[in-house]
Amino acid sequence: MHTEFILAAAKNIQQCILANESTLESLDREIGDGDHYINMKRGANTIVELEAELTPLKPDEALNKIGMKLLSTIGGASGPLLASFFMSMAKVLKENGGDSHAKIAAAFSAGVQAIIQRGKANIGEKTMLDVLIPVAQQFEILATQTSDVNLISKSLIRTAEQGMLSTKDLIATKGRAAGLGERAIGHIDPGAKSCQLMIESVCKLVLEK
Amino acid sequence: MKKFINNVDNILVESLSGFAKAHSDLVELHLEPNFLTRANKAQNKVAIISGGGSGHEPLHAGYIGYGMLDAACPGHVFTSPTPDQMLMAAEAVHADKGVLFIVKNYAGDVMNFEMAAEMLPFENATVLTSDDCAVINSTYTTGRRGVAGTVIVEKCVGSLAETGADLKACKALGDKVNKQTASIGVALTSCTVPTAGRPTFDINESELEIGVGIHGEPGRRREAMREADEIVGDCVEAILTDFKIRDIHPTNKHEALLLINGFGATPLMELYLIFNTAAKLFNLQGFEISRSLVGNYTTALDMAGASITLCLLDDEIKQHWDSPVHTAALRWGK
Repeated sequence: MHTEFILAAAKNIQQCILANESTLESLDREIGDGDHYINMKRGANTIVELEAELTPLKPDEALNKIGMKLLSTIGGASGPLLASFFMSMAKVLKENGGDSHAKIAAAFSAGVQAIIQRGKANIGEKTMLDVLIPVAQQFEILATQTSDVNLISKSLIRTAEQGMLSTKDLIATKGRAAGLGERAIGHIDPGAKSCQLMIESVCKLVLEK
Repeated sequence: MKKFINNVDNILVESLSGFAKAHSDLVELHLEPNFLTRANKAQNKVAIISGGGSGHEPLHAGYIGYGMLDAACPGHVFTSPTPDQMLMAAEAVHADKGVLFIVKNYAGDVMNFEMAAEMLPFENATVLTSDDCAVINSTYTTGRRGVAGTVIVEKCVGSLAETGADLKACKALGDKVNKQTASIGVALTSCTVPTAGRPTFDINESELEIGVGIHGEPGRRREAMREADEIVGDCVEAILTDFKIRDIHPTNKHEALLLINGFGATPLMELYLIFNTAAKLFNLQGFEISRSLVGNYTTALDMAGASITLCLLDDEIKQHWDSPVHTAALRWGK
């Protein structure tokens, strides 16, 4: 993984978040408190503005800086969770390097583990983890089976989409929607949606190359 | 959306600046990261710090001052503050007796304060407020939300801290007051988050939302609008049931503090009407409402509606509720 790729991914994510304003806003209005889009936008804009500072850094340093910046920019639950993801991913990349798909997948998984710990949540609780856990698992499996990045990317896009859709029928047991009980059924979790969009953005960038 | 706005991105800083100017004898505003402290730093006491999303004014900055908070960290509207704010605030106000964070129980607030607490280089503890009985607590949920009862926790803990009590004692009192307090809210209209520009939820003229949160989160159920006594009756029953379920009982004197809190767009006239009914109903259940507070203390922007909070008093809580306080939003005895 190169810092150049991280910067391009940040731009793709920003464009994708901006393009999905109405989707994210309406999902969060239905079962949240309506601030998810604006928080994600603030985070994405801040990282893109950081380009000059990130460019000279190694990939792990860049990811760590992104995590620190998100921690002081986003707020809400998304801030500490996404920050924990990037900071833990950076730590594992620094220790093991990122010169193979398996190593990148392992670093990604470490990031997801950090979210599990910080959020004290797991799969099936109607959160971003319903997207991230299956994607991390699938990524680790595929990384040992194939070196075809297009195949991996397409598969992860599908996995993320399925995970996002799976939140629709769940009762929320973590996060702001947890107070809703059965009233949350039928609504996709906004955090799962934004994670799916981010994964799709990064995977599409790989496919375009 | 019709609001007093210059630029939607500057609302928070312009409002905080106005607050700091209006109360320059009490508070000092620090920007980037944003936090407010007492104008005169207190010595020899546990530093009490709270914070949370903006839009609930006067919570929390309105409670900075003698007898309550040492600092407050305002986040964006309805969004928790970030750890750098808490760290800088703690750095500014701690006086070698430790820092106590008072945090409303929401996933975002809890995580941001937790990360700040982990990074803080000195002794600290956290009281989580969770007085909202609209959210039925179970092992499956993040737990109950912290709402207007937070004001009572901040008042009592702030009072104890002024006596020079240690961190452990302050935390214990905060936990106790939280346990002895239950709230439930009712919304008649939605609120509009300025950056979103449209109401958070749709609710028509003939409906009300029972158990609404202070961010416009949906509550227990949507109902047809009814007369005030019936609505208040349901709220009183929810509160009493909650104490029963949690096995919390009043002292022999059955004394309680009744707080009727407006969400931002309900006139005081109606809040007093609610107080009148609620006090009567609690009296009928054997409670003596010996302390009261009516007004906008934990708002939800421009939501119409109100919450009812009952805090079961014992001598200790009563003493710390009555003690002098001098803040922008609460002031007596000094």
